[in-house]
Amino acid sequence: MTHLVVGYPSLDANWSMLQAMDRAGVDLVELQLPFSEPIADGPSFVRANHEAIRSGTGWREYFDLAGRAAAELDLTTLFMGYYNSVVQMGAAQFCEQLAKGRMSGFIVPDLPPEEGGELYAVARSLELDPVQIMTPTNSRARLQEIGRHASGFVYCAARTGVTGRQTDVSQGLGDFLGRCREATSVPLGVGFGIRTPDDIRALRGSAEIAIVGTAGTEVWLEQGLTGYEPYLDSLVAEAT
Amino acid sequence: MAAEHASWEPGPGGYYGEFGGSFVPEILHETLAELREAFDEARQDPAFWGTYTDLMSGYAGRPTPVTHCPSLTRLLGGAKVYVKREDLNHTGAHKVNNVMGQGLLAQRMGKRRVIAETGAGQHGVATATMAARLGLACTIYMGEEDVARQYPNVFWMRQLGAEVVAVKEGNRTLKDAINACLRDWAESMHDTLYVLGTVCGPHPFPQIVTYFQSIIGQEARGQMLEVAGQLPSRVYACVGGGSNASGIFTGFLDDPATELIGVEAGGRGPDTGLHASRLAGGQGTSGVAQGYRTVFLQNEEGLMHDTYSVAAGLDYIGIGPLLAHLHQTGRVRFESATDDEVVESLRLAMRHEGLVPALESAHAFAAAFREVPDLSPQDTVLINQSGRGDKDIFTVADALGDEEWREFLRQRAAGYDA
Repeated sequence: MTHLVVGYPSLDANWSMLQAMDRAGVDLVELQLPFSEPIADGPSFVRANHEAIRSGTGWREYFDLAGRAAAELDLTTLFMGYYNSVVQMGAAQFCEQLAKGRMSGFIVPDLPPEEGGELYAVARSLELDPVQIMTPTNSRARLQEIGRHASGFVYCAARTGVTGRQTDVSQGLGDFLGRCREATSVPLGVGFGIRTPDDIRALRGSAEIAIVGTAGTEVWLEQGLTGYEPYLDSLVAEAT
Repeated sequence: MAAEHASWEPGPGGYYGEFGGSFVPEILHETLAELREAFDEARQDPAFWGTYTDLMSGYAGRPTPVTHCPSLTRLLGGAKVYVKREDLNHTGAHKVNNVMGQGLLAQRMGKRRVIAETGAGQHGVATATMAARLGLACTIYMGEEDVARQYPNVFWMRQLGAEVVAVKEGNRTLKDAINACLRDWAESMHDTLYVLGTVCGPHPFPQIVTYFQSIIGQEARGQMLEVAGQLPSRVYACVGGGSNASGIFTGFLDDPATELIGVEAGGRGPDTGLHASRLAGGQGTSGVAQGYRTVFLQNEEGLMHDTYSVAAGLDYIGIGPLLAHLHQTGRVRFESATDDEVVESLRLAMRHEGLVPALESAHAFAAAFREVPDLSPQDTVLINQSGRGDKDIFTVADALGDEEWREFLRQRAAGYDA
């Protein structure tokens, strides 16, 4: 799974990135709706959120892009954003918009499962997956609790902290993923600091989905489409 | 006496009515659970509040007095005016009540480092002071804009041994410093306690901060009975996040005849967009950000507005969930005061009583000065002077247009260039 902040560096760049992902055979993409207080994101995505907002990216631009992706590409898209956006839209309207854009579900990192009741109920009625997040600091009891709400896949954060920093996938990750596996039967996705084909290779056998976020955006910013396409190809080759 | 007051305790999940809760990335779940458990244990330990009050009296200078203000009373011509003197705390503001309490909690939890966010710098200075006193490592996050506005406080924090990080994201003020602090904590929670400065953020912070700040209200209630012979008709407190207001209001929540008034930053005026009035004037709406549900200044898509105030400590987008709830139930009335009113009130307090309130606190004075003339001489009002104004000397001198001060600065600067 790859990621992009909608509106950053621009909506046109987003479309080129999505087309490149589609050509490379990426099967799942998180589309992040920019928010002014992105507390789960690291500095580079914080900047991306603020710049996207500054350039005028709002709900309409976001859902237009999601709708266009659904109509023209083979990718499956997933909403990623913060709970206040959902609160302001209302659970029903939010889920209807996702369903209309043929999005498969949502990741809302500041919404703990015990607060998700109404939203999850509406989501289930429209066959949307509320993707849960498991972290290395979670106790077994908490993992079980999260597992009870799991749907679609579980996002396993490979380490503590926020997005964007390098993760050493060899350190204790296997044990953590083992605990996740005990807590749920849905596929496991691993994100936070997954940047290279080597990182993806290290996950083989212990997770079903590799999640590459910040690194992809960095490659785009540094090298543009010419660097981005081979980078995606190298990731997909390792993942399949 | 332990600070146990059912009327301000949150309900299940850390909710005050519909506000509060805990909306944080999952990575912080166990950390907050650990903090809740440690806090519940501490306050059920009868010795803990005793240790806390001993430290406050032996180190911080409590109890702070309630001061009668005869000149202001004569000048305003209505109710008798009293001021609760939180400016007399060590470090010059009520902030020390909270940080010393959380410092004791950090020690009890075996943490070696504290982190904090600060707007005006008072909470940062207080936290750095606490860390120096208790032997803890300390990092302070401060918006770059506030670093520029409140540099003397940055200087003191560094002298006290704290690392000060200027936050360059967002509009570079308090809310951005809070976000940066939450990010640090997500990586460092194994040995670090986030000493949150106000009654905001995820549960249990609003509860913890209110618990320690309730010492203001407990003292003030007894002092008013002693000094004025009656409970105040009205209590005024400024409200950024709302920690001094929550602290003093909790002492009077069960006294229905005492009206409680929270005063927000009116900035350049309610219609200018340059203010931080969330409840007064009704521009704020309910939402979830920075870990909790409250009333925020936000647009229809839930993006937070920029805020503004002459007082760096008041320009915050949210408000303590307890206060949002007390506003909704009508127990607390909210007003705002503009920058101009605030500077004029500061001038009156200085000239007529020799009091030098912080610009934040001067908001409470401004609203009181507006209303006192309409009350009767049988009434009393209590204003919470949450901090002292020394830190604001640059801002105030500018606002008052003091040419001699400017000349002094020019000479000092020339001395460095020479």
